[in-house]
Amino acid sequence: MAMSPAIPDAHAAAPARWQDYLQLLKPRVMSLVVFTALTGLVASGGALNPILGAVAVLCIAVGAGASGALNMWYDADIDARMRRTRGRPVPSGRVQGSDAAALGVVLSLFSVALMGMALNWLAAGLLAFTIVFYAVVYTMWLKRSTAQNIVIGGLAGALPPVIGWAAATGHVPLNAWLLCAIIFMWTPPHFWALSLYTSEDYRKAGVPMMPVVAGPASTRRQILIYSLLFAPLCLVPAVTGLGGAAYLAVAAIGGAVFVLLAWRVYKSRAGDTPEMRNDDGLYDVKANAKDARNLFAFSILYLTLLFATLLGEGLAHAPRLHLLASIGGPA
Amino acid sequence: MSEPHPDPEIERRARRGRNVALALGLVLFVILIFVVTIVRLGANVLDRPI
Repeated sequence: MAMSPAIPDAHAAAPARWQDYLQLLKPRVMSLVVFTALTGLVASGGALNPILGAVAVLCIAVGAGASGALNMWYDADIDARMRRTRGRPVPSGRVQGSDAAALGVVLSLFSVALMGMALNWLAAGLLAFTIVFYAVVYTMWLKRSTAQNIVIGGLAGALPPVIGWAAATGHVPLNAWLLCAIIFMWTPPHFWALSLYTSEDYRKAGVPMMPVVAGPASTRRQILIYSLLFAPLCLVPAVTGLGGAAYLAVAAIGGAVFVLLAWRVYKSRAGDTPEMRNDDGLYDVKANAKDARNLFAFSILYLTLLFATLLGEGLAHAPRLHLLASIGGPA
Repeated sequence: MSEPHPDPEIERRARRGRNVALALGLVLFVILIFVVTIVRLGANVLDRPI
């Protein structure tokens, strides 16, 4: 396994507390993964023992945390050069890189093994693939080598609902992959909107994010293109027997707002001048990047609403729209 | 392991916190495996030759 490049020594660092090890697991990312995985599990309609359902979600959460720890170990050199990430446990010297790597490997093995033994090996295999894809394919390869890093790497963040579905039913029909496709197509406009007003950080760290490599104008155009593909895709679950009337309403209204905000980003000058922020906030930006900030913030809200609606409909056994339900596959 | 912190009291408190968290994690792990075993096997635990 490749070694993480050297990071600045930090002799005077505070000793590692248990909270630092928890931070290695990226709890905020983990909570989003838990949410989407739970949606996949519930939307599948599978008759799963609630305790085993909780174990499945736990395994997915721990697997995501393990990926985060491996990412923080390998990316410590990049994290140390970016304002947003330089306070993380490894670059700040509170936790040794080798400890972070060991935690990541142990938790990966634990989560995959438990998923296999408690649920099924299809879900365990998908979980293992997701961890390897994020830690090796994205972190060690794509992130440092191509501007398409978050496009391809986004697959890792898109797979949790598929794993949840597989855990509940033992198979993954088209509707499960539809949830994956929605997150996959959401990722580029979401991250590129953020990177439009944090591109200085990425440039300093040598990360080839789209605004750094292709420029802000090209990034704004690609955000619009992806948004025009993403918004109609969000409507598809309403015709494959996955979403109900509430989902259709949320997807249609939210999708229209999403495209409108993406259009504003396209017409704006976001990213044209470097942001000279003095803080670490993701929402405090200069005037010319406000449109990018708005899209970034709304993208989080929209994805949350989409999955919350699917989750709510699944829990309430709300009637689904069955226009083309047969192509969605069995629940 | 990283070098010990110059202040032994801060180092001791941090180590104690890590140890307690690790102990809790191990206890939860044992409980988790026990519960999963019971749920997976259910009444079949008793359905075996003696």
